[in-house]
Amino acid sequence: MSSNDYTPLWQELGLDLDNHAGLLGVLSDAYRGIYLAQANRPRGMAYFDFVISEVHGLRIKEIYEAKRAGRKVVGGFCVYVPEEVVLAADGICIGLCAGAEVGTAEAERFIPRNSCALIKAFMGFKLAGLCPYVELTDLIVGETTCDGKKKAYEIFDELTGKVHVMELPHMKGPAGKRLWLGEVARFRETMEKLTGAPLTLEGLRHGVAVVNAKRRALQRLSRLREADPAPLSGLDALLVNQVSFYDDPVRFTAKTNELCDELEERVAAGVGVTAKGAPRLLVSGSPMAIPNWKVHAIVEGSGGVVVGEESCIGERNFRDLADEDFVTVEEGLMKIAERSLTIDCACFTPNDERPGNIAALCERLRADGIIHYALQFCTPYLVEAYKVETSLAGVPFLRIETDYSMEDFGQLKTRLEAFIEMLR
Amino acid sequence: MRFLGVDIGSRHIKLALVVDGALVGYTGGENSFDPLARCRELMADLPADRVMATGYGRQLLELADDVLTVTEIKAFARGAAHHFPGCRTVLDIGGQDTKVISLDETGRVRKFEMNDRCAAGTGKFIEVMAASLGWSLDEFAARAAAAADEVKLSSMCAVFAESEVVSLVARGVPREAIAAAVLRSVADRVTALAARLPLTEEIVFAGGCARNSTLAAMIEKNLGRRLLIREHAEFTGAVGAAFLARDEALRAGAELTSQTGEGVTV
Ligand code: SF4
Ligand code: SF4
Repeated sequence: MSSNDYTPLWQELGLDLDNHAGLLGVLSDAYRGIYLAQANRPRGMAYFDFVISEVHGLRIKEIYEAKRAGRKVVGGFCVYVPEEVVLAADGICIGLCAGAEVGTAEAERFIPRNSCALIKAFMGFKLAGLCPYVELTDLIVGETTCDGKKKAYEIFDELTGKVHVMELPHMKGPAGKRLWLGEVARFRETMEKLTGAPLTLEGLRHGVAVVNAKRRALQRLSRLREADPAPLSGLDALLVNQVSFYDDPVRFTAKTNELCDELEERVAAGVGVTAKGAPRLLVSGSPMAIPNWKVHAIVEGSGGVVVGEESCIGERNFRDLADEDFVTVEEGLMKIAERSLTIDCACFTPNDERPGNIAALCERLRADGIIHYALQFCTPYLVEAYKVETSLAGVPFLRIETDYSMEDFGQLKTRLEAFIEMLR
Repeated sequence: MRFLGVDIGSRHIKLALVVDGALVGYTGGENSFDPLARCRELMADLPADRVMATGYGRQLLELADDVLTVTEIKAFARGAAHHFPGCRTVLDIGGQDTKVISLDETGRVRKFEMNDRCAAGTGKFIEVMAASLGWSLDEFAARAAAAADEVKLSSMCAVFAESEVVSLVARGVPREAIAAAVLRSVADRVTALAARLPLTEEIVFAGGCARNSTLAAMIEKNLGRRLLIREHAEFTGAVGAAFLARDEALRAGAELTSQTGEGVTV
């Protein structure tokens, strides 16, 4: 992958060097085969290629150095984790979700075999000594979204000793709102204890501004995908969304905006990554952590193009902005909490906003069909698929249930290809 | 012009030849450890102007010989619509995959459902159970038909069901009854899959398992509807692929000059 030797750093972080070398090998092969093989990529993707090639290199070194300079590193697994508050405390916030099938055997010593792939992977990455990010964190924030995660964090805390769990309500009524507000306030205290300094109004304004700017750049990217032909492949857009979880937010925003400038030119010139009229798909459901590129790769290898992700690695992460108009820290925290409660995660009941949001997105992106993607054993999204499908009557809809393995690749390909044939 | 459809399944390779607009013949054989060579060998008997591949191994031909491909879903839909014009639902129990396909009035795929990755409810499941009872597939079907009674299998998983079958045999349960129970379990699984789609009066049962009349009768009873089954139902995908090759050529404006279907054996 990278040309520099980071071995001493990895060693210092306590990674298992053999396992780790294996992981990087697989990752770079997959990246070459899936990403670099694409035709007609925008120049602006070079930055993201670079970020991936340095995912365990430069970025790790950067975080390591920031940490030595006294900044705190916070890892999270969910878009409800208030990144704004971490930034307000001059911390670094990174998404930890792991998207590969590694360390599964180790993970299964602690959690049931039929846990979702995401949970197995975050446990597995830690247990197999593969994730430098986990090792660099000072605090890991969990949330009570689904039962699998909720219980796995108990074990994860035993293994890492740094898990802080936020209790996310499962209903959005007044009681739920109060609960969440209290949890955001409690998180502020945890951050203050961690840094030893009180959160300031200025800091919070800065945090909200930085995260909102990132969300705006991602919104802009999403709007550019409305064009036919699509100026950017779904694979590349997915990558940008995935990278948004662990790159430096200010730099990321600038690079994403640069990419958007180029895409604007493409749209104006009618240039795309596929022929005009290629079937346009919206992928909806469970999140897809790096390097989970399976569905997008199959769809785009079969002549379709993914034009949107109704997912936490996608719209759910950036659709709504936090209100920047506040005059006290408390008010700011309330605005942040309120924004996160607009997220339509399937862990909520009822979650009536989601089908409406999907319908609107589908229309805006001019999607021809919806692929409802759920990780195997991800009960919230698997069950909610029914409501989504019935409320979208008339829109071609395909349910997929899968994990990170390649075992079902052939069958998945048949299904996705048949779905695309159907839309042609 | 001669159009060949090749359906490369996990167990069998099936070919169908369409000359001009008419289906003139089938051929096929067991798959081998070298599917590509096996395909070419079978194809050598049926020279054609255009080829369309489908099935589990379709990519083999696509990559090696630059042949056009379609999914089994589309191929079965097209094949069924050829045999039963106007049909709106197609059921296919294949070696690895079981699928139910809904068509619109023009014969296009409107929606489909497929079994998940496990073998429950597929031809593979029946095959494994037949083997553990010591019967060939044909014998298995015939014996199941003769069962006076049925036991109930509690497991859908091929691996667990196999040990269940062994223990039922050991307990002295008649093998015929066990065979019927195996088919019952497949029929129930297929019915559940079909229930996810709007079912029309006429349902075409295609694919290799359609030859099993006991299974067909169970599914008919479950669904409360008649199944349309054609001889050589296992060739439906190949037939569909051949006609899709023709559709494609027509779309591309090819001249369909007349030729005979000589040298073809059914
Ligand atoms: S799906 Fe729900 S629990 Fe998972 S990251 Fe998204 S918001 Fe969080
Ligand atoms: S994918 Fe589903 S089951 Fe897995 S952690 Fe997220 S919500 Fe829970």
